Amino acid sequence: MVFKRYVEVGRVVLINYGPDAGKLATIIDIVDQNKCLVDGPLEVTGVPRQVIPYSRIALTDLTVKIQRNARQKTLKKAWEEADAMAKWESSSWAKKLAAKKKRASLSDFDRFKVMVAKKQKAEIIAKKMAELGA
Amino acid sequence: MTATKTPRYYPAEDIKPAKATYRVKQNPPRIRKSITPGTVLILLAGRFRGKRVVCLKALESGLLLVSGPYKINGVPLRRVNQAYVIATSTKVDIKGVDVSSITDEYFARSKEAAKDGEEEFFQGDAPKPAVVSDQRKADQKKVDDALLKAVAAVPMLEAYLAAQFTLSSSDKPHLMKF
Repeated sequence: MVFKRYVEVGRVVLINYGPDAGKLATIIDIVDQNKCLVDGPLEVTGVPRQVIPYSRIALTDLTVKIQRNARQKTLKKAWEEADAMAKWESSSWAKKLAAKKKRASLSDFDRFKVMVAKKQKAEIIAKKMAELGA
Repeated sequence: MTATKTPRYYPAEDIKPAKATYRVKQNPPRIRKSITPGTVLILLAGRFRGKRVVCLKALESGLLLVSGPYKINGVPLRRVNQAYVIATSTKVDIKGVDVSSITDEYFARSKEAAKDGEEEFFQGDAPKPAVVSDQRKADQKKVDDALLKAVAAVPMLEAYLAAQFTLSSSDKPHLMKF
């Protein structure tokens, strides 16, 4: 079993815990075995430059081409060149997170509409199954 | 020897002067910020528990005036305590609904009910059918006609008000947004 996602300069990570939970950041530099220096960039993802332990982050598939300790300006340019935000939004991981967030914010009326939609979908499927002679 | 001489005239009995009673201030009833006229409420207790109804206004006593509408879920013009209610974020536009004539006195019990106590006692516990006065029916119709128009303007709202609110095993009410 080979590892595919490495902790390296330029790796895009998702912060799982803390005040910036749920936001993306890039690894700029590695401090030691337990923590790394991370930056949003601030204007793109809202994460300021900070030291963060690995236990609070999850590695994603995306990397961005930067040098160690890149400035925020270069980091932002690298993000735009790699189109990292768009690639992240189109990944199924990001879509699942967005769906979970939406589901949690539904109002009582929205939940009712979801229930009706589920019933309509089940009716269509059941009718088709009956047609196919199941 | 007293510093001041006792006055030459004093009353025969000691009458205490009347205490200054302050006029009691009547504040408007305190209603939760989430409950406004037009909010859809979920009733949690009483005969109509589980029903979703439309809040029409807050009465002077602090109770909420509520209507089904009657045609949709069978809840008439009724008073409801805000403590037994969940306010949802769904609002109905009730600009065209006139409920200014309905106050707490409208719902006061009539005094004619307590007449032949003995006769009723011997008749037994047969449930007496509810007598709805014509005035109530007329007011219900007047309010609901305007309400139903507002409800029909929003898609699926009528079916929503007709449905009951229930919890199933995977629901976590403390995490649900209403």
